[in-house]
Amino acid sequence: MKPLRIWRYILILFVLTLGAIYSLPNLYSPDSAVQISYLNSSQSADEELKERIENALEEDFKNNPDLEIELNKDYALVRLPTSDKQLQVKETLSINMGNDVVIALNLASTTPEWLRNLNAEPMKLGLDLRGGVHFLLEVDTKTAIKNRLDGTLQDIKRRLRDEKIKYRSAFVEKDKSISLSLPKDGIKSELTNFIKDSYPQFLISSKESEETLSLVLSEDSIKQIQSDAIDQNLTTLRNRVNELGVSEPIVQRQGKTRIVVQLPGVQDTSEAKKILGKTATLEFHLEAEFDTPRTRKTSYPHRNKSKGYSELQDTVIISGDSVATAQASFDENGLPQVNITLDGQGGARMHRTTRDKIGKRLAVLFVEQRLKTSYKTDSEGNLNVIEETFETKEIISLATIRAALGTQFRITGLDSPSESSELALLLRAGALAAPMKFVEERTVGPSLGQDNINAGVLSMQLGMALVIAFILFWYRTFGIAASIALGTNIVLLVAIMSILSATLTLPGIAGIVLTVGMAVDANVLIFSRIKEELKAGTNPLQAIDAGYDKAFLTIFDANFTTLLVSVVLYSLGTGPIKGFAITLSIGILTSMFTAIIGTRALIYLIYRNKKDVERLSIG
Amino acid sequence: MDRNIKFMSLRKITTSLSIMLIVISIVSLLFKQLNWGLDFTGGSLVELHYPEDVKVSEVRDSLNNAGFDGAQVALFGSSKDVLIKLPGAVNDTLGAEIISTLKNKSDADIELRRIEFVGPQIGSELRDQGGLAMLIALGLMMLYIAFRFQSRFAAAAVLALAHDVIIVLGFFSLFRIDFDLTVLAALLAVIGYSLNDTIVVSDRIRENLRSERNPNTEEVINLSLNQMLSRTIITSLTTLLVLSSLFLLGGELIKNFSMALILGVIVGTYSSIFVASTGLLMMGLNSEHLMVETPENQDFEELP
Repeated sequence: MKPLRIWRYILILFVLTLGAIYSLPNLYSPDSAVQISYLNSSQSADEELKERIENALEEDFKNNPDLEIELNKDYALVRLPTSDKQLQVKETLSINMGNDVVIALNLASTTPEWLRNLNAEPMKLGLDLRGGVHFLLEVDTKTAIKNRLDGTLQDIKRRLRDEKIKYRSAFVEKDKSISLSLPKDGIKSELTNFIKDSYPQFLISSKESEETLSLVLSEDSIKQIQSDAIDQNLTTLRNRVNELGVSEPIVQRQGKTRIVVQLPGVQDTSEAKKILGKTATLEFHLEAEFDTPRTRKTSYPHRNKSKGYSELQDTVIISGDSVATAQASFDENGLPQVNITLDGQGGARMHRTTRDKIGKRLAVLFVEQRLKTSYKTDSEGNLNVIEETFETKEIISLATIRAALGTQFRITGLDSPSESSELALLLRAGALAAPMKFVEERTVGPSLGQDNINAGVLSMQLGMALVIAFILFWYRTFGIAASIALGTNIVLLVAIMSILSATLTLPGIAGIVLTVGMAVDANVLIFSRIKEELKAGTNPLQAIDAGYDKAFLTIFDANFTTLLVSVVLYSLGTGPIKGFAITLSIGILTSMFTAIIGTRALIYLIYRNKKDVERLSIG
Repeated sequence: MDRNIKFMSLRKITTSLSIMLIVISIVSLLFKQLNWGLDFTGGSLVELHYPEDVKVSEVRDSLNNAGFDGAQVALFGSSKDVLIKLPGAVNDTLGAEIISTLKNKSDADIELRRIEFVGPQIGSELRDQGGLAMLIALGLMMLYIAFRFQSRFAAAAVLALAHDVIIVLGFFSLFRIDFDLTVLAALLAVIGYSLNDTIVVSDRIRENLRSERNPNTEEVINLSLNQMLSRTIITSLTTLLVLSSLFLLGGELIKNFSMALILGVIVGTYSSIFVASTGLLMMGLNSEHLMVETPENQDFEELP
């Protein structure tokens, strides 16, 4: 038997150590915890929040001096000894802490400090294992394009009027292009140049014989509008999800026009849908003047509390639906500003209202539907939870009108870049750039999630036990090596899953179980080869070498094809299938390592010191 | 013990058996189609857990009375779990409505296990993607074997794969078992597994054709199949062991998945012994086809 080179042992030891370290965190079951963060997502958790929590939980602290509040970047965390305390603490916090904080149930990792310093974290569990809601939303980008065309059309009409260029008609054609027809020859080239300069996003085409220009959006600008629309909807959704008080939510773009929202731990889908689909809106008002009658003005608070209250006229100039985009940027002097683009109708109304109001102030009012949870103890001493929706209206901007406003204008005079980005966010958050609808929904209740985990673990244990019993019976000593390899394989698989922070799903567990069955194949191939060599009269120790060498290419071929299939599976894509593809492909790679390199080292260690091996214990 | 089973002399019987199974499958697929699951048809699904045994007919009646036409109600796994399906439903709120209807009509503390809603466009997209993935997988496999072995092996392997896939599909069609995304995943895994088996056998056939200097391909194939028989059986057995444990203990959600895999492993093992090798014989494979290639194994002497 050829002695194994020292680097092999070093490699095996290295891989085993890494595997042990990075799979270890999965053994620590997480603590139940309650997570508290500010509703306003730009505000990070601070000492003040901690103090408020301490006050709210005064009683609990008295009874349980070990209770601790951890401050993370975005949220504060209260770890609890048992999960039944979780709901009770959440309730106490909700009663005592007011409506500007979000309180969510969470699971806090108990991975020890030294492991966390090595970036070792447990695997993530998919929604089918931990329970929760998965939504897929389709963004109607056609509407976004149509809105943009409408807006541009109004803008062109206004510009043409201002420039005193006459036209016969202008309209949006088939939601795809703008058609401009002209009264007589002569100005066609002038108009073409004007459009080219002012609206570079259009491709201009025109038939020689006709006095009509057709403005078609270029591919690039269509893509831009679509991706802007999705980005804006993503931002809006993220804000709304924040409000739901869910720990570790996922809001992600999927493909060209879809958005995935995953809310672990949420069961009440109708409530979640209501909030995701709700409309926080904006209203643009003029500031009330001293002669505005009392019945036609109302006083509203500023969102920035230090600015107090202002009185606004009741007439709504335009609402948030008209805001196409809002972007934070800098003006020519490098001061922060927000650029706003309205759609066509909104722009026209804004223009009509503001052209004779220069010098007056324009306010943006942020109107939000919020859910209030209150607690009442009835006569029998039961605590009743009362949930009601209410509307809050806050002024997010009050700025002086410097010129007549059209579809595009800007708000300047902001104090800091963070103020401008906050304002732009709020302006955008009001409106969805394009309507969305739910095209897929999957909800898994918490009990089913736990059942799935139990079923998965149980079937894995039984599968492992059966396979190990069989190979021990069939291959004797060699079977021991193969069994150890099988166990190691699972440890490595879990370690790699954890390192990649891949998500474990129920089909993922099925993939692991399947890998257990298939991983043995490599050893079966090697061992049959060794048996053949023995039968052919080869010396036992040489037969071991020959078996490993000759079986390698076959094993490689066979595993490579399965790997190809799992790549195809992964690209096919939806959640559960991806989970299966991930564990299957990682399992194939780790099993090649343990079944070929690992068992060979073990077998060598077993037979190393025996000078004359008469026969091998290979069944 | 030297086995010498004359596999190839059984080929008339096995080929007829295969053809019969394939014909039955295709006929069933043509006339009964697949029982597409919710993932592919679109629609709503609700799984509920009752504290006590529940009568399906009562649930069905209360749903019909409430105006949910076409709701399919069935027990799911136990007599306390109910699965309600509304295939083709385009409304994403139906699931929630069903639950509130049932909760209102019953005093029992009904627990929500699962709601699913799949929009119709998602369903048809998944169906297209699934079919495409299957074809891509088959195509890639064929390319790889043609590259690693020889075109005759590739053709034979794909023949065996198509055989396995059609029979598993036929089984699902014939017995009206739900064909959902997980079953599709299982089917792709079957492609991987069956190919794995076929490659191992092909590898040995190639090796023996080169070394045995026996002009009779049929004898060489028989020899190779006999040499690989114990491996083929042991691997299938260990895989079947874990799959049955998944089938029995893995829960209702992956029951069809494990069933597809169990069936696929059985059919795949059979096909790697009989179908692929019969295909090779029929295509007239002989040792001369392999002479141009250089033996590869030598390059890997230093590897494990």
